[in-house]
Amino acid sequence: MNRHLFHPVILLRALLRPIDPVLMLVLACLLGYAVVLMSSASPERIESQLTHMALAVAAMWIVAFIPSQRLLAMGLPCYVFGIALLLAVLLFGDISKGAQRWLNIGVARIQPSELMKIAMPLMLAWFFQKREAHIGWREFIAAGVLLAVPVAMIAKQPDLGTALLVAAAGLYVIFFAGLSWKLIVPVVVIGITGIVAIVAFGDTLCQPDSVWPGIRDYQKQRVCTLLDPTRDPLGKGFHIIQSTIAIGSGGLFGKGWMQGTQTHLSFLPERHTDFIFAVLAEEFGLLGALFLLLIYFVLIARGLYIAAIALTLGTQLLAGAVTMIFFTYVLVNMGMVSGILPVVGVPLPFISYGGTALVTLCLGLGILMSIRRDKLAHKR
Amino acid sequence: MNAYHAHEQETQRYHHRLLAAGVFVFLGLVVLAARLYVLQVERHDYFRTRAEGNRIALLPIVPHRGSIVDRNGTVLARNYAAFTLEITPSLTLKGLEETIDELGGLITIEARDRRRFHKLLAESRKFESVPIRTRLSDEEVARFIAQRYRFPGVEVQARLFRDYPQGTAASHIVGYIGRINDKDVERIEERGETANYRNTEYIGKSGVEASYEARLHGTTGTEQVEVNASGRAVRQLSSIPAAVGADLELSIDMNLQKMAEAAFGTRRGALVAIEPSTGGVLAMVSTPTFDPNLFVDGISSQDWQALNDSPDHPLLNRAIYSAYPPGSTFKPFMALAGLTSGKRTTSQAIADPGYFNFGGHRFMDDKVGGHGLVNLHKSIVVSCNTYYYMLANDLGIDGIASFMTQFGFGARTGLDLPGEAEGVLPSPEWKRRRFRNPAQQRWYGGETISVGIGQGYNAYTPIQMANALAALVNGGLQFHPHVVRYVIDARSGERRMVEPEPMRHIALAPEHIRAVLQGMEDVNKVGTGARAFAGAPYTSGGKTGTAQVYSLRGGRYLGRANERLRDHSWFIAYAPAEQPKIALAVLVENGGFGAASAAPIARQVMDFYLLGQIPGQPAAEDPEAEDSGAEDGGDAGEISE
Repeated sequence: MNRHLFHPVILLRALLRPIDPVLMLVLACLLGYAVVLMSSASPERIESQLTHMALAVAAMWIVAFIPSQRLLAMGLPCYVFGIALLLAVLLFGDISKGAQRWLNIGVARIQPSELMKIAMPLMLAWFFQKREAHIGWREFIAAGVLLAVPVAMIAKQPDLGTALLVAAAGLYVIFFAGLSWKLIVPVVVIGITGIVAIVAFGDTLCQPDSVWPGIRDYQKQRVCTLLDPTRDPLGKGFHIIQSTIAIGSGGLFGKGWMQGTQTHLSFLPERHTDFIFAVLAEEFGLLGALFLLLIYFVLIARGLYIAAIALTLGTQLLAGAVTMIFFTYVLVNMGMVSGILPVVGVPLPFISYGGTALVTLCLGLGILMSIRRDKLAHKR
Repeated sequence: MNAYHAHEQETQRYHHRLLAAGVFVFLGLVVLAARLYVLQVERHDYFRTRAEGNRIALLPIVPHRGSIVDRNGTVLARNYAAFTLEITPSLTLKGLEETIDELGGLITIEARDRRRFHKLLAESRKFESVPIRTRLSDEEVARFIAQRYRFPGVEVQARLFRDYPQGTAASHIVGYIGRINDKDVERIEERGETANYRNTEYIGKSGVEASYEARLHGTTGTEQVEVNASGRAVRQLSSIPAAVGADLELSIDMNLQKMAEAAFGTRRGALVAIEPSTGGVLAMVSTPTFDPNLFVDGISSQDWQALNDSPDHPLLNRAIYSAYPPGSTFKPFMALAGLTSGKRTTSQAIADPGYFNFGGHRFMDDKVGGHGLVNLHKSIVVSCNTYYYMLANDLGIDGIASFMTQFGFGARTGLDLPGEAEGVLPSPEWKRRRFRNPAQQRWYGGETISVGIGQGYNAYTPIQMANALAALVNGGLQFHPHVVRYVIDARSGERRMVEPEPMRHIALAPEHIRAVLQGMEDVNKVGTGARAFAGAPYTSGGKTGTAQVYSLRGGRYLGRANERLRDHSWFIAYAPAEQPKIALAVLVENGGFGAASAAPIARQVMDFYLLGQIPGQPAAEDPEAEDSGAEDGGDAGEISE
């Protein structure tokens, strides 16, 4: 056995065993897309993003080797560690662009809130599995508290986008754990009603002197700007106006790689990070954008499939939540860039520039692969 | 079994939840795809236009303004490049005042510069850069460049400035340019030239600069450039070069002009000298003058007040805007009217008792006891009032008005300068138009008598007098006077002549003209102009005149306190008599009798123009000594026919 282990073919097979070929292919496509777009939007950042990619894929690989039950067991320590880091950020964090999000750990600056996106579903999935036999209203309340604490801390930084994603991650776990539709439907109905009301009465609500309870002024501005970007065409509306121009002017086939005028003449803000989808839509048109949607669809479909075949409650919840986080990234980012959702700082998954987010997302992929590997091992 | 069932149930519910999630995902992706379809297919044309609008900017290329030279090539207006220090207020980080204070540490910024900056700032459009200092020295430019990083929004720009090297000379003719104001914008819009004036900052405000604005300005070119989000041009896509403005060559002779201005000394007045065969203006003086260079950078309020509040009104172009009663200079034209109408012949003579009774009023001659027997020739030489009282009465006001209209009296000459006044050729019809009150609207017979000797309501500008005389000596052919001779295409060098444009050809009998001119020639030989033209090596004709400012009723001028109530002094003249090359009208405000102050100026200008001589010394102004003798021509009475 040991002799065989060092045989190159066997070694390679062993190394590849936890890798899910579908997810791997999807990842390769997305990272390939990222390189193509980055070289148009911000070629000077390619090198550092390639480093991030290597790191992220390595992290994914390692996680894929770890048995899923051991991953679940890491939920509690990860969660506690994440809360500690968030506390540290609130106390000693670096301030960038008016928000305190970064923690300088000497070698690099990391965003602890980003890690929470993984720690949160891990923690809740582990918790529900632990209490599997007696899941009742107490468990759901406890889960709600576990979720609310870090979300509130992140929202206080303030980082609405990440808070939203962390909250979504937790809520997906709770949803899959079987929270009653009787509780879900009213919340969804109230939410939709609220959105409709804001759209209908936007003009009145967006008067400068109106105060929205519990909402910060800049958050109110973002919603108002979404409702009517021309309200502030050179300020807050500029992002949305310019990104919709970029997308719309791309047309069916796009202007061609490196030919996007909105991108290359700097009309497009944040073109290598949150708004990179507009670069894609401008240069590769509707076809390029639909192709990306297709890749994401494959990713999510595969994720939901893995969730369906997962063996234990914990891995079921974890796989479902992680998959739905990917989807949430896609929906919020594309919705924002194409002007149907407010501008919140959510990157386009696997494509936007940035190391922490990419590592987080790849950790998610690694978890899915690990859960799938459990199933394969079980069959044998 | 139960546990298994429970587990099965759990799994089933979980799978339902997964299905619900799948539906949610599918719906979300469909919404996104639909949104993309709307943006990229349905509204593609709109967004493509928006993107192009973002990307492409049309930058105007402002043409260089044409220069202005006189008939000998002396430069009157030109451009020069200079560095200016300009601030774009929207780009400065600190307060404006603070920025200016800090700049003051590097470069001299005077209170005057600050005042002008704030004035220009108030007039400027948003995001425009406004000059704080003009004409930086090389050293100042270098000092600023080294510290430029400290001053965002402050830049050194190379700009063209207008320069009038002749200073105060001929300033009323050349005029000046100034910054475009709201009124100018309206005028540009009316002319449909808005596009052509994009980014042009200056426009002709007076003189030739204003009247030839369209030619001097040139055609603005455009440059299509790709711009980035901060508005900086990234690359040029196409361009149409600007067409430089045309250069102008004036018919003015600057040497003559300067000499004539000098001849006026400190006196207020005007002179117009015309080439009768073309209508070209050789010299046009209005004193006092001003320095047009004051206006180029935006005139300071002190300078403006000084010019505007001066009782001498230096900005006023008296030669074309001020109308004065012609006095006796009207008589040659009256004489011609008498001959042409057949009311007088050259041989007819009247007996002048020294007065003319009309409607119970006695109109006096200047000479007590009268000039005796006076025929047409003598009436001009001795300037006999009685002769013209009677002639006016015989012609009637309508006869006078219709004849004088032919010479352009009381109408603009069509000179190519802005701001010409009409003057007044009085007639019953004019009175009806001029006055509202029915009592004032009535024409009185006595008024006709006054008009006959150039007093009363009639008032003409010096350019009208000069142009009427030019027509007279030119056999009745009158041109529109003009100060610009050639319009020169600066690129091809093609000189396009401003053709002498005949105004009218007055039907006059040559022998009638001859008779009148004979009288005017004798004025300069033995009459009121003889003293001024004594010893002239060329033949000439002239006529003095005095325009009453205030009736002294036979009293005498009392000291200098009443200086501005003194009569205006006229002199019209031409030379050489055989083939006149120059016809001029001189007016000296409050100069007293024409022979005393206006005629010597005419002599100097003629000498200079015909002989190329710089006059030895200006004629002494000595009105007190001349008061009683010159105008009535005490010596002229002895002239034999």
